[in-house]
Formats: sequence, C-alpha cells, structure tokens
Amino acid sequence: MNDLIIAGSGPAGLSAAVYASNAMLDFVVIEKFPMSGGQILNTYDINNYPGFEQIDGFSLGQNFRKHAEKAGARFVNDEIKSIERTNGGYSVICGKNRYETKTIIYALGAAPRKLGVKGEAELSGRGVSYLATCDGNFFRGRPVAIIGGGDVALEDALYLANICSEVYLIHRRNEFRGAKYLQEKVIKNERIRILYNTQVEEILGENKVESVRLNNGQTLYVDGVFIAVGSQANSSLVEEFCELDRGFIKADESCVTSADGIFAAGDVRTKRLRHICTAVADGANAVYSVEEYLKKINTQ
Amino acid sequence: MVKEIKTNEFSSAVLSSDKPVLVDFWAAWCGPCRMLSPAVDAVSQQLEGKAEFYKVNVDEEPVLAQQYGIMSIPTLILFKNGAIANQSVGVISEADIRAFVEQEM
Repeated sequence: MNDLIIAGSGPAGLSAAVYASNAMLDFVVIEKFPMSGGQILNTYDINNYPGFEQIDGFSLGQNFRKHAEKAGARFVNDEIKSIERTNGGYSVICGKNRYETKTIIYALGAAPRKLGVKGEAELSGRGVSYLATCDGNFFRGRPVAIIGGGDVALEDALYLANICSEVYLIHRRNEFRGAKYLQEKVIKNERIRILYNTQVEEILGENKVESVRLNNGQTLYVDGVFIAVGSQANSSLVEEFCELDRGFIKADESCVTSADGIFAAGDVRTKRLRHICTAVADGANAVYSVEEYLKKINTQ
Repeated sequence: MVKEIKTNEFSSAVLSSDKPVLVDFWAAWCGPCRMLSPAVDAVSQQLEGKAEFYKVNVDEEPVLAQQYGIMSIPTLILFKNGAIANQSVGVISEADIRAFVEQEM
C-alpha cells in the first residue's frame, strides 16, 4: 500500500510530488495526460511567478515536471474513475488498475465555468471559446466579445484587442474584479468597448457564431465569443467524502478536508486567490499535513 | 510521431484513403495542443495499419484550417471515405481518442 497518491499534475500536484519525495514517502502521481501542467498550459504569458520575470505556461509546467521527476517522483498515466474508502485508507480506481493508499492529495484543479446560455454548447468550437490565447488567432481582423470581469477576462480583452477588429468586453457588474493594473490597461485601451451591467442572454448563429443577444435587447454582431466567467472545481470524485462549498473542497491552508486522509491542494479547494504561487504553496502544506496524519495513524 | 501534412497533400492522403483518417489541427503556441499531441502519437501506434493519422499546423496551413472551419484548437477531425465522420474540440484522453477513431473502423 502507498503512503500517498497524488491525483493531478498541475502546479499543486507537482509541488506536492517534490515535497513528498523529500519526505521519502512511498507515493505515486496519477495524471490523465502524459504532459503535466494543468490549466497553466493555457496561459501564454506568466509574469507573476517569482523567479521568472516572464515565462509561458507550457515551459513552466515542464520545469515543474522535470523537477518532480528529478526528485524521484513516479508518474502513472491514467484517468481516475472513482475513489472508494477501504480499511486502511482509500482505493483509487482507474480503468483496469486500482491503487491502494493511506492518503490522497487531491489536486485535480478546476475547469472554465460555462456561462449557461442558449447557443453556448451548440456553438462551442464554432466561435464560442474558453481560451483566447489558443483560439484568438482564428478571429484575426474580426469582431469578438469577451464575457467576464476577472483577471482572465481582462487579459483576454487586451490580447484580442491586438488582433481583432472590434472587441466588446461584457461584464454583468459595474466594476471589474480583476487586478488593478489590468483594469487600467483595459480602460485606457481605445479598441476595447466596455459594456458594464450587461449580460448575454443568448448566443446566435447557424453553423457558427453570428451574434449575441444582450439583456438590454441589443444585438451585437460578433464572430467570436470568449467566455471567462471563473472556474469550476473538478471535485466530483470526492464529493461523497468531503464537504464542498459551491463545488470547491472545503479546506484551509493546511489542505485538511472533512475526510480523514484526503487533502485538497490547488484550485480545487476553497481559497481567495487561484494563482500558480498559491497552488505550489498548497502542495507543500498538503505534504506536511499528510506526514502529520501518517504519524498519527501509525501510532494508533 | 504522426506526420505533418500540407494543403497540397491533403486530398490524396486524407480524402482518398480507404481507412479512417484522424487529423489533429494544432499550433506550436497552443499549450493544450502540445498536451494532446503525445496521446495522438500513442494511439497512432496502437492502431497502426488500421487507421491513418496526420497533423495540420494551422499557422502553416491556414487554408486547410479555414476550409474545415477550425475556430478552436486542438480540433480532431475523423475522415471516412473523404467525408467528415466526427469532430472533437479540446483535449481528450488517450482512451477517448482511441474510441473516437475505433467507432469508424
């Protein structure tokens, strides 16, 4: 039986892998894809991770991975289908394989939240996108709308303002949530038209996006709709064990959850700021909590 | 490694093939594309001889990307007898890629 299984290989999981190696725990990292990184792979330009003035998400993810491998972490490529409680801990079940473990660091992160309007699912990949850095280029010289008011929406608007003919930033509140310096850049950018207190009610188009209908009755003719309305935790595998808060696993900095032996690290847990540096901090804290927990059960 | 294909080779390699052909539309600057790529490579080896696999770099072959209405990458398109049999947008697992191709085998 393993001391620990780390589920997920984003920044939180990989940081936990480094710390778990140093703690000489018997553990394995289970990742869905043979390329680690999680959501940071979607970020083209990272400028707030200390020690790297500027780096792209893919390279930083690969650096994390190499570090964990060098430290001695073992990786398994598999998709976790379910988790069951056992006598000594948990069974982590992937397709054909089952992994027995005393503890789990659950670091499966989050995914972009859907807006939940008519036309969104039907036109996904046909003008509806959740990733401006990847899909923006297909809308070069064409009009687009961005929906949201956080960091990602503001970054997307700035990025798209460089390549698209018209950029509408649609936000349901009267002020943005994102970082102040991004807000300033967006407000100063003459190419971005900001629509405050506005919501999209429907995305329309035959085979591809043609327009969006707003709650003020107006129709905006755009070829692309970029949705950046926050994230949704990938917590479904532990929902029967752990207390959740709006989908996020309830845990503080210690990463201790309401379930014995399950520790939540990174974007998947309740926290104020979901950044790379807060995720890697969780990885370290989670391993510390695992060590304390193992000490406790081993002396029982 | 799955072969890169150019616009002028597309018709003979993809549309005229008598096997199912999976085409991976990608770009170097797209992180998720680079995440999907090794999984496509792995499936191409598992299904060698039964299906064909190609990659299209949307930066180098914008005509193909436009022709197939690519607006989001990675996009996988499965061709059968010269027509689109199925299409998938975003990163999916190796097992899902395999199932995606096998349904037309």
